[in-house]
Amino acid sequence: MTALLEARGLTKYYPLRRPGPFAPRQQLRAVDGVDLTIVPGEAVGLVGESGCGKSTLARLVCRLLDPTAGTLRLNGTEISTLSASAFARSAARRQIQMVFQDPTESLNPRFPVFELIADPIRRLLPREGRAALRARVAAAAAAVNLPPELIDRFPHQLSGGQKARVGIARAIAVGPQLLVLDEPTSALDVSVQATVLQLLDRLRRERGIALLFVSHDLNVVRLLCDRIVVMYLGQVVESGPAAAVYAAPAHPYARALLSAIPSLTPREQARTRLDGDPQSPIGAPLDRCRFCGRCPEEQPECGRRAPALRPLDAERQVRCHFAR
Amino acid sequence: MTQPLLSLRGLTVDFVTRSGTVNVLDDVAFDIGLGEIVGIIGESGSGKSVTAYSVMGILDRAARIRTGEILFDGTDVLRMSRAARDRWRGKDAAIVFQNPRTALNPIRTVGDQIADVMARHTPASAAELRARTVAALKQVRAPDPERRMHAYPFELSGGLCQRVGIAIALACAPRLLIADEPTTGLDVTTQAVVMDLIRSLARSRALSVALITHDLALAAEYCDRLVIMHAGHVVEVAPTARIVAAARHPYTARLLRSVPAQVASIGELQAIEGALPDLRRRDLPPCRFAERCDRRRPACDAGRLVPQAVAPGHTVACRNPL
Ligand SMILES: Nc1ncnc2c1ncn2[C@@H]1O[C@H](COP(=O)(O)OP(=O)(O)OP(=O)(O)O)[C@@H](O)[C@H]1O
Ligand SMILES: Nc1ncnc2c1ncn2[C@@H]1O[C@H](COP(=O)(O)OP(=O)(O)O)[C@@H](O)[C@H]1O
Ligand code: SF4
Ligand code: SF4
Ligand SMILES: [Mg+2]
Ligand SMILES: [Mg+2]
Repeated sequence: MTALLEARGLTKYYPLRRPGPFAPRQQLRAVDGVDLTIVPGEAVGLVGESGCGKSTLARLVCRLLDPTAGTLRLNGTEISTLSASAFARSAARRQIQMVFQDPTESLNPRFPVFELIADPIRRLLPREGRAALRARVAAAAAAVNLPPELIDRFPHQLSGGQKARVGIARAIAVGPQLLVLDEPTSALDVSVQATVLQLLDRLRRERGIALLFVSHDLNVVRLLCDRIVVMYLGQVVESGPAAAVYAAPAHPYARALLSAIPSLTPREQARTRLDGDPQSPIGAPLDRCRFCGRCPEEQPECGRRAPALRPLDAERQVRCHFAR
Repeated sequence: MTQPLLSLRGLTVDFVTRSGTVNVLDDVAFDIGLGEIVGIIGESGSGKSVTAYSVMGILDRAARIRTGEILFDGTDVLRMSRAARDRWRGKDAAIVFQNPRTALNPIRTVGDQIADVMARHTPASAAELRARTVAALKQVRAPDPERRMHAYPFELSGGLCQRVGIAIALACAPRLLIADEPTTGLDVTTQAVVMDLIRSLARSRALSVALITHDLALAAEYCDRLVIMHAGHVVEVAPTARIVAAARHPYTARLLRSVPAQVASIGELQAIEGALPDLRRRDLPPCRFAERCDRRRPACDAGRLVPQAVAPGHTVACRNPL
């Protein structure tokens, strides 16, 4: 199958203020050479430590940020060479839509639901009559089970779950092929979250929309995603089919991450505690593994040579010298 | 439970709004023991944050505490003078807010914000404050604290902002910590580090903790007891293991069935139908879950609903419990 989205060596460095007038200018390596492929209709879960670059990667994929380096192809067409603002006006824009973490912050409080959903349609689709616009808004609202009587309400008159649905309706109204969701349910109650997850799953099955789903809730990723990508300090350290990775994570960080999932019932295995501090994303040495200093399985070799992302089997990749 | 540090008694809070008076807490009562971690669980709008803000004395101006007592070490903080309450809040009680980014001052570096709190508590030299700020950031596992203390909130990821908020709360060595969704937005390994830190303070320094969360799995892992709230009522209180294994209130049972950790596939998740009732209503039924409950019967609507003990340390406010 041809890839819907193909990122190669995607990189984002943030320049930092100098600590002093004569100090050298430094950079924060938020995303550092990420390869990521998403095929149509696939749900990919992106997980990793807070600050490891998930949101930055999500924003790069949506072309809300300009990459420092790397390529990004959408249906085979290179889109990373356009500036973020040129991309915003391009025809490809509607193919990738983003749903943000906090529905309260991402919906403009001054517009009613109708206008919020109509806005991306007006911006990204060819102009059409009022009736056609109404029909599109109504269809998007119906697709997320938003009751029609809510269409004239303002965001502050909606519950958290309803706001989340408006956010998703906005994103799917223009018929995207890929939805990028940055912690879309972390502000929601478990009960409302259940409805939103089932909605996303249905949109994927019925419309073949691919999902890039950033989440800290590994139980949610397990339920929703076919494939999981684990990041650590700006890099992918493991990727593969969700079932296989959950059953037997190969990278020591992935193991620690999965063992820390809270559980209602007493856990079967002891948690791998990650002691020590993560290395700084600013000026960390490039000639050693980024997990050095915290890795429970570290060997002398790890401090001398940085591991490359390598295939573990046909579907899995891992970035560790010793993973098998 | 050990000897209580905090006791809420009959706490009833209204909000006066343009469209009427909203009764957001009705007769809320529970205790938090010395060194105990109590989880406060419930869907959004159930009154968890209002409970927390009532204790801290930082309620919105529109709020009216109609009745109730908030006893801290036997003293009703609601009867303290304003100055005494402020001193108490600076020294004995601290809160971690739900939304870390909005809780921080956007135009001051995070290091300065931590140092401010420390200086207010125990004045010290600039060098000393600096060292303690670095230590406070280290304690919450912020990477590269010497550099990060100079960062502004917008430069930090959501998770780092949260850890800064926790560092600020712990900076004055409080006896009571109210943590309002403290690890929402943190990855599970960082969450574990932060929660392990909170738990170790509870065990070693007898820090009492109210952990407000909608993550039942997290609460189950760290809390000694759970308080389940629904629409301004405390509906069930019990030791954590009992809630998980033998919940008696229909709402608690439904909540447990909507937790992703509990199911094998997405289709098995069960949302709770309906929403919280409109708390402005004058005709709220005695049980505010009644309109969503499949176990409702005529007795449920007969007069005021009082929590009953169903086992030692386990109380339920329901006329037809499971
Ligand atoms: N505008 C910015 N300027 C400087 N540094 C930034 C900026 N935005 C993000 N960063 C840094 O880039 C790194 C990656 O941040 P990002 O927001 O992508 O993390 P994340 O994985 O989404 O974290 P979280 O799980 O906490 O949301 C972090 O070290 C962060 O502090
Ligand atoms: N400033 C306010 N004015 C009016 N109503 C409020 C205010 N703050 C909170 N409320 C209401 O009080 C109830 C409880 O809110 P809150 O304690 O924030 O819920 P939780 O923290 O459990 O999600 C909700 O119905 C909410 O709408
Ligand atoms: S390369 Fe070494 S330090 Fe890095 S993850 Fe593997 S074992 Fe750990
Ligand atoms: S009191 Fe009645 S309506 Fe309320 S939760 Fe119990 S059974 Fe349901
Ligand atoms: Mg993020
Ligand atoms: Mg709240």
